Amino acid sequence: MSGVHVSTTINGDPIDFVCDPDEPLLDVLRNRLGLTGAKEGCGTGDCGACSITLDGELVCSCLVLGAEAEGRKIETIEGMADGDKLHPLQRAFISNAALQCGICTPGFLIAAKALLKKNKNPTEEEIRFGLAGNLCRCTGYDKIVRAVQEAAKEMRGA
Amino acid sequence: MAYDTNYTGQKFKVVGTRPLRPDGVDKVTGRARYGADAFAPGQLVGRVLRSPHAHAKIVKIDTSKAERLAGVKAVITSADLPDLTNGDQAMYDMLVNCMAREKALYDGHAVAAVAAIDAATAKKALKLINVEYKVLPHVTDVDEAMKPSAPVLHANMFTEGVEPKPAKASNIAKRTEFGHGDVEAGFKEADVIVERSFRTEQTHQGYIEPHACLANVGPDGQGEMWVCTQGHFVYRNHCAQLLGMDAAKLRVTASEIGGGFGGKTHIWAEPLALALSRKANRPVKLVMTRDEVFKASGPTSSTSIDVKIGATKDGRITAATATLRYQGGPFLGIWAELGAMTSYACYDLKNVKTVGYEVVVNRPKVAAYRAPSAPMAAFAVESVVDEVAAKIGMDAVEFRIKNAAKEGTKSSYGPTYGPIGIGPTLEAAQNHPHMRAPLGKNQGRGMACGFWFNFGGQTCTSLNVNPDGSVTVAVGTIDVGGSRASMALIAAEELGVAYENVRCVVADTSSLGHNDMSDGSRVTFSSGMNTVIAARNAKKVLCQRAAKMWKIPEDAVTWEDGHAKPAGANAGDFPPLSLKEIAAAAANTGGPIAGHNEFVADGAGVSFATHICDVELDPETGATRVIRYTVIQDAGKAIHPSYVEGQYQGGAAQGIGWALNEEYVYGKDGRLQNAGFLDYRIPVCSDLPMIDTVILEIPNPNHPYGVRGVGETSIVPPLAAIANAVSNAAGVRMTHIPMSPPRILKALDDKKARKAAKAKAA
Repeated sequence: MSGVHVSTTINGDPIDFVCDPDEPLLDVLRNRLGLTGAKEGCGTGDCGACSITLDGELVCSCLVLGAEAEGRKIETIEGMADGDKLHPLQRAFISNAALQCGICTPGFLIAAKALLKKNKNPTEEEIRFGLAGNLCRCTGYDKIVRAVQEAAKEMRGA
Repeated sequence: MAYDTNYTGQKFKVVGTRPLRPDGVDKVTGRARYGADAFAPGQLVGRVLRSPHAHAKIVKIDTSKAERLAGVKAVITSADLPDLTNGDQAMYDMLVNCMAREKALYDGHAVAAVAAIDAATAKKALKLINVEYKVLPHVTDVDEAMKPSAPVLHANMFTEGVEPKPAKASNIAKRTEFGHGDVEAGFKEADVIVERSFRTEQTHQGYIEPHACLANVGPDGQGEMWVCTQGHFVYRNHCAQLLGMDAAKLRVTASEIGGGFGGKTHIWAEPLALALSRKANRPVKLVMTRDEVFKASGPTSSTSIDVKIGATKDGRITAATATLRYQGGPFLGIWAELGAMTSYACYDLKNVKTVGYEVVVNRPKVAAYRAPSAPMAAFAVESVVDEVAAKIGMDAVEFRIKNAAKEGTKSSYGPTYGPIGIGPTLEAAQNHPHMRAPLGKNQGRGMACGFWFNFGGQTCTSLNVNPDGSVTVAVGTIDVGGSRASMALIAAEELGVAYENVRCVVADTSSLGHNDMSDGSRVTFSSGMNTVIAARNAKKVLCQRAAKMWKIPEDAVTWEDGHAKPAGANAGDFPPLSLKEIAAAAANTGGPIAGHNEFVADGAGVSFATHICDVELDPETGATRVIRYTVIQDAGKAIHPSYVEGQYQGGAAQGIGWALNEEYVYGKDGRLQNAGFLDYRIPVCSDLPMIDTVILEIPNPNHPYGVRGVGETSIVPPLAAIANAVSNAAGVRMTHIPMSPPRILKALDDKKARKAAKAKAA
């Protein structure tokens, strides 16, 4: 299969890669670029573990082709912290014990960040529906919701 | 070395606090490496070909076309995995499950595997493998499989545990029985008897991380494996045995684990990855797809259970029985046995009898799932307990308190209890504001109890004091939910150093002696106890070194608040030496300072919980929402309370999914119809309320800190608590889990029809 050349921006860096025409972006990120923070839990867009943003929009990277990333801006979990300064959501997830095994955590953080960008002061229900595309099997979501509430509050400066 | 593991009631400084977990930053930044996150130079992609038939004879497998495909480096079938199990039936079953031999036993059973230069080539190669099957009649239902007319899976399976040995082979692998007293006499004393039959459908652990490994076996027969597992030592031992390798020559490193809940206590495709690597002489990475996880890695049993309980009008249970039929997939399991043991463990009964039947069917091999087998038994028993209480007009909690097991009770499965938490969890439920909160229209409340044994097991731990005074704890038990934080807390407590100065790691199989798996809620109990002992051993060494530095006898030094001190005025007048100072001088006082311990951790404390649940039912659609949920559980001692709460909440959430929605759906063709997260729907964030927790601490007398396991019991009561709540809301007893909308609608329709028939008859 002949490869497709793709120029893109990932976490602010210009990145070029060659991928197969039918290769999911998730596989490109993980297997070609070494960005293994996005996880494959299902490969069918049902679990959200591979969540990234594409031009600011939350997507499952397993449902996007690598070739579709041409000219677009990708943000992954690896770009969420500012150097050694964690994002408030990342800090809140740790301090609220909002992760157990942690496999879903990158996806939840990306999805929560996208949610808080749209809605700075979500209700509990809005958080629950906003994160309904991400599966967690360990926590029962209680501490995740609390972490997002706490981070939202901090980000609002409240 | 002699040590005392008894509970002493010591006051804690750091145990019981909630510091940040050591692996937190790695896990929120994407740096943590899981099973599929490792790469090796020259690695190949492994893929597995699986049977599309529920039951079929494998007549012939032709791999020649696949082998000739450019980029394919190895193709294996069962011929590449000769039987080295030497008459060990359990190991042989494991081998057969990893790769089908004469027969494919379920939809998804592995029949061949390939290793190729990339995923596309590997996929193409699978299509070029030609398997000739002779399809056989199949059976997937537990009750159907027990009928004399059912197709028999194994011609050599004669029910164990019955006398005389049956003359005919059947799918009933084993019968077990537990109990004491005379149940017939007990039922004669009863004023009220309730007898009912229940069914539960098959569910999957549903860990988000699929099974994944990176295997690398060289031509010298030495190998390494990186794998997500709940027990890397057990994986090592089993893989080495099946492949004819020395355990010492297979070094297994556990990745971070993305959930397991029992499902990663069994080997699945790991031996295939090793066999492919050995044949190809290259590293092979094998990652299951979600579809494969559902079809070919162990779910829990589906069951069929009969329960009969008799009680007097004043609320005393006089006799109780249960017959439990659990399917284990195509192999003998211990699942009905565990169900039979746990059924009545919450109660103090004079007359009790439970009988379990292990049944084989054409479904995937059943694996442990969090307190395996107990939730289904609790569902059946606790439903009838509620009904009996209602019949005699007694409050459901009061009735349970009256019959609860206590210290000195002979349990229904044999042992006599020490101090236990069932009574206290029930009393806490009775006094909880949740029990008195008003309910709205179409809402119902239920409660239920649950029990789990907990396990100790083989454990080996090393604690090293580094030259700079920091401390490393190397454990051999996988951290599935924050246990590295707990171990660091325990080491910090014992040594009197800061939590931040202790780092706990999970060592590979070449660095420590054998450790049993992270199962049976055993990690904080057994590795925790071992960390206490290892730290105490290190303290002895630290005191010896201080004695050397002071030139006084060893027994004249004592350890206090992180410092060596002279034991008394006669020992001499020396300023205390900190751990850091002693560590810095170690090179001149005898070399590295360490504490070590290996043992079988005995005395795991049994664990009890009581759950309260409110549901709201939509009578139009049959949909149920859990609107409030409270977990009350005895932890013995919560080392890191946040992660204890996390276990309580997580178990409850899995139980809610199981009770209301999750279910393996098989077609008439014996194929699994819903092998994906879209159609096998686990609870999402918007399905659940906050889950309130109450941690009780009734010390386990057999652990220096009083720790009991906490990981599993939380999934035992939910099926029953929710079924009791739904039954109360619907006004009809629910007997089939999951209580999915169609089943609830049918129950409501049947109730209406019964009412109409009654009215007509009147």
